[in-house]
Amino acid sequence: MPDINWSQQLLNGLFAGSAYALFAVGYTLIFGVLDILNLAHQAIYMLGAFCALVLVTGNVAGLGPLPGGMQLPFWLATLLAMLVAGLLGILLDRLAFAPLRKRPDTHFSGMISSIAVALIFEALATWLFLPQRSQFPAGTIRPGAVTLGQGALSYSRVLVIVAALVLVVLLTVLLRFTKLGKAIRAVAENPKAARLLGINVEAIYSFSFFLSSALGGAAGIFYGLAVSRLDPTMGRSVELKGLAVIILGGMGSVPGAVLGGYLLGLTEVLSVALTNTSNYRDAIAFVLLFLILVLRPSGLLGARRVREA
Amino acid sequence: MTLLRVEGLTRRFGGVVAVDDVSFTVGAGEIVGLIGPNGAGKTTVINLLTGLLRPSSGQIEFNGARLDSLTPHRIARAGVARTYQNIRLFRGLSALDNVIVGTHLRTRASFAARLAFAPAVRREEAEARETARALLARVNLGQREAARATSLPYGEQRRLEIARALAAQPELLLLDEPAAGMNPAEMDVLIALIRSLRDEGQTILLIEHNMQVVMGVCDRIVVLNFGRKIAEGTPAEISRDKDVITAYLGEEE
Amino acid sequence: MFGESVRQLMAINALLALSIYLTLACGQLSLANAAFMGIGAYLGAVLTLNAGWPFWAVIVAAVIVPMLVAVLVGLPSLRLRGVFLAIATLGLGEVLRVVIVNLRATGGAEGISSIPVKTHDWHLALALAVALYLTWRLRGSRMGYAFEAIREDETVARTMGINTTRYKLIAFVLSAALAGLAGVLKAHLFRAITPGDYGFVQAVDILTFAVVGGSASFLGPALGAVLLTALPELLRSNVLRDVVNFEAGWQTLFLNGVILLLVILFLPNGLVSLFTRQWRRPTPLASEPATVEAT
Repeated sequence: MPDINWSQQLLNGLFAGSAYALFAVGYTLIFGVLDILNLAHQAIYMLGAFCALVLVTGNVAGLGPLPGGMQLPFWLATLLAMLVAGLLGILLDRLAFAPLRKRPDTHFSGMISSIAVALIFEALATWLFLPQRSQFPAGTIRPGAVTLGQGALSYSRVLVIVAALVLVVLLTVLLRFTKLGKAIRAVAENPKAARLLGINVEAIYSFSFFLSSALGGAAGIFYGLAVSRLDPTMGRSVELKGLAVIILGGMGSVPGAVLGGYLLGLTEVLSVALTNTSNYRDAIAFVLLFLILVLRPSGLLGARRVREA
Repeated sequence: MTLLRVEGLTRRFGGVVAVDDVSFTVGAGEIVGLIGPNGAGKTTVINLLTGLLRPSSGQIEFNGARLDSLTPHRIARAGVARTYQNIRLFRGLSALDNVIVGTHLRTRASFAARLAFAPAVRREEAEARETARALLARVNLGQREAARATSLPYGEQRRLEIARALAAQPELLLLDEPAAGMNPAEMDVLIALIRSLRDEGQTILLIEHNMQVVMGVCDRIVVLNFGRKIAEGTPAEISRDKDVITAYLGEEE
Repeated sequence: MFGESVRQLMAINALLALSIYLTLACGQLSLANAAFMGIGAYLGAVLTLNAGWPFWAVIVAAVIVPMLVAVLVGLPSLRLRGVFLAIATLGLGEVLRVVIVNLRATGGAEGISSIPVKTHDWHLALALAVALYLTWRLRGSRMGYAFEAIREDETVARTMGINTTRYKLIAFVLSAALAGLAGVLKAHLFRAITPGDYGFVQAVDILTFAVVGGSASFLGPALGAVLLTALPELLRSNVLRDVVNFEAGWQTLFLNGVILLLVILFLPNGLVSLFTRQWRRPTPLASEPATVEAT
């Protein structure tokens, strides 16, 4: 057994898990409400991060400085970028999903049109923000670290954990206790019945996309800040792991996505610590995904859904 | 001779007992009606007979062999074919192609032989096509071969589904509400079709709401209500049965 | 009008498109083609470089091994319906990538370069001819009808005596064979392979060929592959250079996205439906999960 710094591993696991969870809650929300797989979620995640970067630096890498040379503080930029990401989500729904809702193969065509929009978003980001790595300027967040036992975690990474916690709690409160949340859950359960109850189903779809995408944008911003790396393909790797996370938790289940996120984060970190190599870390998610799909297709918490005959 | 024997068949969904200890038999060459108010469990019985659902308990015996743990395609191979209450034709295929798919169990040709243009394959394909054509003519759809299945009027779609099921040359044909949504003229064609099938010795289990059809073609009738069998007998006996009358009148209130 | 390498790439991509057509024809949205391609490519490269096998034997191995893997992966995963099969098969690609990165023989993350060029045009022509023949003879065959039945309504197909598991597995295995073939031929043509070549991006590219071309007939995917491979070249050609200055970069990505979106929204049967007047559809891209009505 190698000598392991357990408190460091725990912190790393919490950080990774929080990043996965934050990405996955929005991802799974759309699946829960519309029963579709939104493969453009990762592109919104990426655009959200860049949007915040632009607002903080006042500069669009591919075009030049914003008029007026405006530079916003990070917290304000984050809020505005989440708003933009949410609006992009509504646009995405109108563009890629709404026209296909009545098709008999809406799940597949919707998945493919979301891939198409992701390609378009990624291309635009490559043009606007350039393909190479960007990062938030030094000093965006106070340097330094939180220590726990023998472990330490930089403030920017702690921020990911805190943001995930706060946003997930807010989302849960919204879904559980507000009228809007009840409407969303009613639509998720049965859109026809919800319509009969007088719920504006299309509006709920739009709002779900707004919510999901704002969360996705936030995930991109905080993660991009924590690892000092933003690029137009940054969403791709998290997208597939995010899939594993929401399958693990049970597609459509928000608590499941959170649980799945932390489970994956901790498992990955643990595997690296125990084997002393990160070589196989990236395979864990997909081995888990495959096993869950084959052995317990409803996921850990998603008992309600049946996805095979 | 008994072709189908159902013994104590039960199916639960969660706490609901959709089919509760139902027993009946269907003899070779018989037409047996399975009737009952909405939600009586008729379609569940058909789904159990065709393997789409597993019984919670009970037995299904067909030709002396157990069916109740077989997969749907093995049950079909054993000689059971069916139609669906909510018509389930292959939407993208022509009427003729729908019936050709039905000949699957009656053909053998391997794909490898087809790649080699083996004459036997060509012969078999021609035969399957002829069989399908004959069946379409049989159900009065001879002129509709090339039409897209779902472009046909409702009554014709129902008959097309019957032709598709017959293409497998089943020993037992399960018809799930074949008259649903038909106008009187279409219904007459259907009744004539079922009678002509009986004359050829085809065994049929017929689920139907429409009493005119049931009384007109069935040798025997089994009545379900709330998942339980409440009566069994000839059409004449059933139409006098007090429990049956109550069950139906109760539903209309 | 196209350079040699573009024509060769068209043939490879057409093979890949026919590979995904086989599973789509059976109603299965599998995204494992890129992974099978990778298996064919890496196995082929290793056998050529390290074992010194003759090229024909390398090709045979690069076709058969993906088929075996397809049996192993397909048996548990083909029970999955709808998008879940797509997800599981995407996962396969990622696992494969990690394995390749970590094996010594496969050159790690840098991949393998300097594979000798062994693929000649006649290899490509023959492979494509075989694939086209296979998919052409499928239509109207007993198996082809079974595929269509499964694609249209799997539950009904089962109650008609069609062994759906068997046919889905056959489609998956044949699809793996074509992908493996494309992989080995491409590796011995362009000489260098890396683990990243066979991931999500390649899987989506292959799917795009089929969707843009149209998956109702085997001609659609082949057409889609040829057109989409030619597109960046067309845009860079001298004729157009004066009109718009297209560099293959974000513009190609953008255009691919726009074409894919327009086709899926307005031409659900793909570009091929512009040339044929087919009432036979709209064809579902793959079979949607159906439920058994209960009463």
